[in-house]
Amino acid sequence: MTHRTDMNMDPASLELAKWRSTPLTPRTRLQIPAQDMPCQDPAVRRANMQEVALGYTPAQAMLEAERCLQCKNAPCIAGCPVRVDIPAFIGKIKEGDFLEAARIIKRTNLLPSICGRVCPQEKQCQEPCTVGKALGGVEKAVQIGRLERFVADYERAQGAVDIPRVPASTGKRVAIVGAGPAGLTCAADVRREGHEVTIFEAFHKVGGVMVYGIPEFRLPKALVAAEAQVLETMGVSFELSFLVGRTRPLLSLLQKDGFDAVFIGTGAGLPKFMDIPGENLVGVFSANEYLTRANLMKAYERGKAGTPIYPSRRVAVLGGGNVAMDAARMALRLGAEEVRVLYRRTRDEMPARAEEVEHAMEEGIIFDFLKSPTRVLGDDTGRVAALEVLSYELGEPDESGRRRPVPIRGSETIIPFDTVIVAIGNESNPLISRTTPELKVDRHGHILVDERQKTSIERVYAGGDIVLGSATVILAMGEGRRAAAAINEILQ
Amino acid sequence: MHVTHRIVSKRQLSEEVFRMEIEAPYIAQERKAGQFVIVQYDQEYSERIPLTIADADPDRGTITLIFQTVGASTHRLALKEPGDEVIVLGPLGNPTHIENFGWAVCVGGGIGLAPLYPIARALKDAGNRLTVISGARTRDLLIMQEELAAVADEHIVVTDDGSFGRKALVTAPLEELCRRTPPPDIVVAIGPPIMMKFCAQTTRPFGVKTLVSLNTIMIDGTGMCGGCRVTVGDKVKFVCVDGPEFDGHLVDWDNMLSRLGAYRQQEQTAHEQCHLEMQLRTLQEERS
Repeated sequence: MTHRTDMNMDPASLELAKWRSTPLTPRTRLQIPAQDMPCQDPAVRRANMQEVALGYTPAQAMLEAERCLQCKNAPCIAGCPVRVDIPAFIGKIKEGDFLEAARIIKRTNLLPSICGRVCPQEKQCQEPCTVGKALGGVEKAVQIGRLERFVADYERAQGAVDIPRVPASTGKRVAIVGAGPAGLTCAADVRREGHEVTIFEAFHKVGGVMVYGIPEFRLPKALVAAEAQVLETMGVSFELSFLVGRTRPLLSLLQKDGFDAVFIGTGAGLPKFMDIPGENLVGVFSANEYLTRANLMKAYERGKAGTPIYPSRRVAVLGGGNVAMDAARMALRLGAEEVRVLYRRTRDEMPARAEEVEHAMEEGIIFDFLKSPTRVLGDDTGRVAALEVLSYELGEPDESGRRRPVPIRGSETIIPFDTVIVAIGNESNPLISRTTPELKVDRHGHILVDERQKTSIERVYAGGDIVLGSATVILAMGEGRRAAAAINEILQ
Repeated sequence: MHVTHRIVSKRQLSEEVFRMEIEAPYIAQERKAGQFVIVQYDQEYSERIPLTIADADPDRGTITLIFQTVGASTHRLALKEPGDEVIVLGPLGNPTHIENFGWAVCVGGGIGLAPLYPIARALKDAGNRLTVISGARTRDLLIMQEELAAVADEHIVVTDDGSFGRKALVTAPLEELCRRTPPPDIVVAIGPPIMMKFCAQTTRPFGVKTLVSLNTIMIDGTGMCGGCRVTVGDKVKFVCVDGPEFDGHLVDWDNMLSRLGAYRQQEQTAHEQCHLEMQLRTLQEERS
């Protein structure tokens, strides 16, 4: 973290003083430009794993906070899946009381340093922001995510992270299956009521998608470890490399091991492939595999890591979401000469965070819009040599409201590649449902829950991607929180 | 955070083959024939190594792994001593479907004899007449012989170099058994992929159902990465959640073999590096 703490050295503090020299009115607040977040130079960062975005300085944060109109109806709160009191925390930033700002966020969001970095704010809190609406573009909205990240980082840098108080033990025990965003949130909320909590995690590290999927350059692993540390300090136990369903049947936790309730937050975990010829050739990877090798298994630390990574020169990434951006940028950092993202629609329809697409473009990732492969072609040793690619044009809107891509007949071309990374989403992992036949799932294998996250089995709750399909960190946290409230109620 | 498992004992069975007993009470209780575990020698940098479970003792709360030092990661694992801690995840994969088929033939090659043993024993316990074919490159690599001989009604031993038993490949006696009337009701073959491929080819003309246990490249072992995918009868299957056992007549062997070689060059470099480190360590130990 490179916060420049000396306010006098920061040009933003002069700016701030200038704007504050006369009383600010809604009119003048709208004239303050949205503050860009300092970033590593694209030419430098494309060759390192360090975090791309460097975060606001205190003066920048205060200046950005002054843009907020403190709307009485607070449309931003309604846009936040966990209903953070956004105007209140921004108000505290204006006053320079960053620690209080952090406390306000943490009333409803346990992981602000993570959400500030990975939430799709332009589709959530910033989307309905009055400032953005008034200025005619969501990119001009108050930069709520950057402010959230700033206060969370400030709190940690000050060593002022407060650990939620845990009352005396109730003697009730709750098992959490999966140490990702849903599980960690649920664990914290249940622990705060004084129940004993054990988190079971299949991997050897805590964090789920935040450690295996999202790369270091977008979400430093030290942040995830710090959040896990908070839970440990609160008295939450962790059983790592423990696969509920295999190491121990789910129902044994309730029937034999003395747990009073279970929360399942196992995530999305079965990568989808394109179902095109040649997809099993050597050099075709799911984004899950590629990113897990690089992130969790640290394949980028060559010479130290036992897990190898494929030596790539020309990489095709298929898909347009955050995972596709992560895979493309990771491939670049691992030494690929050319990385192309192939997406069936156009930039406007891409589900990835706007900032990640921008960052990827700055780093030199090439985007081939309106293109999708029809075949993977191999060489005589069974390795990827090229993709056959079909071009599309946009037709009428489909049920998702996005214009449907229509293939252009006879437009197939062959583009040489040695690596193909498939990032088109996940299906639900069948492990828990196959080993727990009593658990009801829908036809896609997602666990069925009621409005309080309860499954078809008494005392068993579920949330996050195993219920939602592929969603986001913050939505998973919202579900974990809802489940925790229900669990706390039945354990009263 | 609770994560590690203690090594209880270690024995070197041959120059390249090690047997480790590891404390893992839950796995010892839950595991069934045909399942595997993923082992890591440390939490930071270790590769995740899939190894089949050779045996388990639920009373002692231990599992037994038998592995061959084929690359850098298995070498590093072999350097661990009793009392050291390792990470073990499991049991993974689907258990072998065991029933009384009638006459069962179990074929094991080299290190594959280790995972073959629990399956052979389960088939015998289910009432099958059991023939075991044990094969290895050379006499030193023949493992689990006492155990297998104890459960087999008929035990055929072959080595590539003739240093023990018949000088033949496992497919020679397998074909002879298939020619008997009636032929075997089921064949289970576990060993190097190329051996399993040829076992499946041998039994195919006789229409004898042949199960093989695939040991593909995988990372998580829980369905998340898809690195272990194989083509089985025109369908893509994940070895970790759909396998590890499949109908050998339906596996696309050539694709599977080429996928196994995806990292051969890096593996070789790492293996050589590992040997250099070990030599250096020996030299340093000698000097001090």
